Amino acid sequence: MTAALEARGVALSFGETPALRGADLTVLAGEIVAVMGPSGSGKSTLLHCLAGILVPDAGEIEVLGERIDRLSEARRSELRRDRFGFVFQFGQLVPELTAEENVALPLLLSGVRREPALRRAREWFGRLGLDGLEKRRSGELSGGQAQRVALARGLVGDPAVLFADEPTGALDSLTGEQVMELLVDSARTQGATVVLVTHEARIAAYADREIMVRDGRVTTPAVAS
Amino acid sequence: MSVPLTLLGLLERQPSHGYDLKRDYDLWFGHGRAVPFGQVYSTLARLARDGKVVMDEVTPGEGPERKRYVITEVGATEVDTWLTQPVAPEPHQQTVLFAKVVLALMLDRPAEDYLDTQRRAHLARMRELTETKRTGGLVDGLLADHGLFHLEADLRWIDTTSARLDQLRAQVKP
Repeated sequence: MTAALEARGVALSFGETPALRGADLTVLAGEIVAVMGPSGSGKSTLLHCLAGILVPDAGEIEVLGERIDRLSEARRSELRRDRFGFVFQFGQLVPELTAEENVALPLLLSGVRREPALRRAREWFGRLGLDGLEKRRSGELSGGQAQRVALARGLVGDPAVLFADEPTGALDSLTGEQVMELLVDSARTQGATVVLVTHEARIAAYADREIMVRDGRVTTPAVAS
Repeated sequence: MSVPLTLLGLLERQPSHGYDLKRDYDLWFGHGRAVPFGQVYSTLARLARDGKVVMDEVTPGEGPERKRYVITEVGATEVDTWLTQPVAPEPHQQTVLFAKVVLALMLDRPAEDYLDTQRRAHLARMRELTETKRTGGLVDGLLADHGLFHLEADLRWIDTTSARLDQLRAQVKP
């Protein structure tokens, strides 16, 4: 199987503070990988580098066959819009938009016309148990509902890679697991590769495997005996 | 799992034959470890000896006679006491893992690597249990959850200990 993402010796500092000190990572196409590690270990920074949100100071990052660390901001932005999906801890829905408009947003930004975009967005409401909530605004949704809307937004564009940064961090244990269940099922159905940052072992257990980030490096585990 | 108390509990629902008790025990509490017939009948014999169950009828048939067991007042009281008493919270303060960590530090072995290996083994088991939860029914799911929460607690201990290894090393090997 081919690698969807490959990071080699990735380093990045914020001012004097090193966040990544030579991180190496390979994620195969279709794999769901959990990135774990203590607070401040660099796991979110690694995700942001892989997703082309941050550009590393050193090292190489190849995503879907492109050296993302060498691309222009415009091209990285295009990749993020057209090939990647994102789910963050607090959903980050646009409060002025309805739930269905939030889900349709990546499509609208990619140039899909409003009606077809909303139609595709609505298909996700049934799949994620959100029927009837299409016209609600984020303030009228529970935490679990909002996060499912965010998940639909992350997947509506049929992304090759879904980046999820603590997607259940703001939810209670049961709701969080329901969101994970939907995330894993949807990603597998779509064949998306998933990079999931979490500090919760119960959430990481939904992934195919986990990697640990410690002090800005990936500790590549041998196979557990 | 206390087989005698569980069988007594099952008998409190309704008088039952040994065969039915074994079937229900395996269905609800066996989870891959069926209780042998021999153990069911020897347990019932002990419970009868101790006055916790009696036989109310014996059905003759082509095979061995089928005895139907009924719980007594003594047995019912024991079930009630067992159910209402909390299970002893087990602190597990002397775990094998703790001993390994301390010894590794004393012997200048890579304690952190050992903890990493343990973490991976725990996570691998958690993945199996999560799969059971995702594909199984409610009973299997709740049992898997019980295991997952315990493993998660272990992992938290592993993480905390990993973060304090230097301090622990200074104490065990001054």
